[in-house]
Amino acid sequence: MRDQVLVANGQGFWGDSILGPVRLVREGPLDYLALDYLAEVTMSIMQKLKSRDPNAGYATDFIRMLDRTYPDLAEKGVKVIANAGGVNPRACMDAAVQLARKKDIRGLRVGVVLGDDILTRIPELLASGQDLANMDTGAPLSTVADKITSANVYIGAGPVAECLAAGADIVIGGRITDPALVAGPLLHEFGWSAQDYAKLAAATVAGHIVECGPQCTGGNFTAWREVRDFVRIGYPIIEAHPDGSFFVTKHPGTGGLIDRRTVISQLLYEMGDPNRYLGPDCTANFASARIHDAGPDRVRVDGVEGAPPPETYKVSISYHSGFKAVGQLTVSGPDAVDKAHLCAEIVFGRLALDGVTFAEHEKLIELVGTGVCHAGIVPAADPPEVVLRLGVKSPDRAKVDRFGMEIVPLVTSGPPGVTGFAGGRPKATEIISYWPALLPRELVETSVEVQEV
Amino acid sequence: MTVGKTRLGDFAMARSGDKGDGSNVGVFVQNEADYEFLVAFLTPERVKQHFGHICHGEVVRFEAPNMLALNFLLGDSLGGGGSESLLTDAQGKTHGLALLEMVVERPERA
Repeated sequence: MRDQVLVANGQGFWGDSILGPVRLVREGPLDYLALDYLAEVTMSIMQKLKSRDPNAGYATDFIRMLDRTYPDLAEKGVKVIANAGGVNPRACMDAAVQLARKKDIRGLRVGVVLGDDILTRIPELLASGQDLANMDTGAPLSTVADKITSANVYIGAGPVAECLAAGADIVIGGRITDPALVAGPLLHEFGWSAQDYAKLAAATVAGHIVECGPQCTGGNFTAWREVRDFVRIGYPIIEAHPDGSFFVTKHPGTGGLIDRRTVISQLLYEMGDPNRYLGPDCTANFASARIHDAGPDRVRVDGVEGAPPPETYKVSISYHSGFKAVGQLTVSGPDAVDKAHLCAEIVFGRLALDGVTFAEHEKLIELVGTGVCHAGIVPAADPPEVVLRLGVKSPDRAKVDRFGMEIVPLVTSGPPGVTGFAGGRPKATEIISYWPALLPRELVETSVEVQEV
Repeated sequence: MTVGKTRLGDFAMARSGDKGDGSNVGVFVQNEADYEFLVAFLTPERVKQHFGHICHGEVVRFEAPNMLALNFLLGDSLGGGGSESLLTDAQGKTHGLALLEMVVERPERA
């Protein structure tokens, strides 16, 4: 057994910079590269892509990333864990294998974790008495059954470790939890028992700290003026030890900042009850972690306590719930604020003339530049110009598109100083809503497959 | 003991993000004395009042003394949340800095 393992996170979400993984692999030592490509509505977008093309439905950024890093990964023996598979992990595996062949990388083993995608099982699950009730509202899933666009179980470190044990150098999965991308390799390398909840909790805390990439290395940090060299910001690396303790660090010479404060900032991100962080592997107590500065850009975390996981898995379901459109234009001074308010009145007034009306909660009027982010907290400013953002939502697509056509005419038929229509007419886009639910663990079966290049 | 007016941001840090149709705001300080003050002063009621124009639901508070931190859940603060929201800050990314704008009356120490 190794006495330490280095696991980096090179991707905090689908859309994160490709420089993250590329520089992590090149600029220092690494054992594992964890990459998170999923957000709550990503699966739904991927299901839509897959419905148009049976070979689509995964994060294509991942294949672009492999195209840049394959030779370095192979040469240094860095293993990759990614939830890039989306709703089509096998197609993602095939693409990764084909790319490796094209680049003449031999002997590489690409694995896949299956079993998280329960979209086609929903009718059977509902029929068998599972109500998959919305965790926030209590409503049964049957109320939106005809609008469901994706359904995935959050799966944990166990199947990732299993895929590594089966020999995979690259592990591709669907809805693997963000922390499990880090906890999986640690479970595998250190041979921890799946009932060693304190160690799994420590690995979950480690995974949570790095899951948003540079958000723990100086990104989005309150004291941003203390952060050096944002351009070359280092992505985070967990230096993990068999006893569950770990250090948060980054490659020497990279930009950014790691200290107790940047780590605590990220521990609090998207946090609910810090005493009970529920996951598929364990219940982690974030309030038990001891966090110490341990040198420049180096923080030690230990003492994390854990308990068994809940008896249910969390399920991420998304469903279609209407349409929306947002358009914006710039209004210059003098009197920018008054003129922007008038523009909003004109748009909704003209729509009403044509018989198109929206309820208050379906409308948005924002004067960006006057303090919309901190409404009622900082005094509204009277700036020399404002960006007027207008938006609507409705179950009726035609109404939303009609709204989009009434913004541009303002340039010639409203107050003076209205500009910035470069985006053209805003078009209706689908609203995908999130439906969190629970499913008994025994109803979910995961499996792994490994292919050699 | 004298009392001085100051911004929460003068001695605390924060991070925020989305939790369904609400946001979470984590706020923490650097020493025990400030934490004691924070725990006593920063009640869910005060936070709810501060975010009166933003948070339309309940405010729930959790304590994490190991991080000298408080974590607040701000219910119904994102205009529907996720892809439903029309707001510029649909994910509550700026709510942390909004909390740090709070003016507080803190005991002054030597």
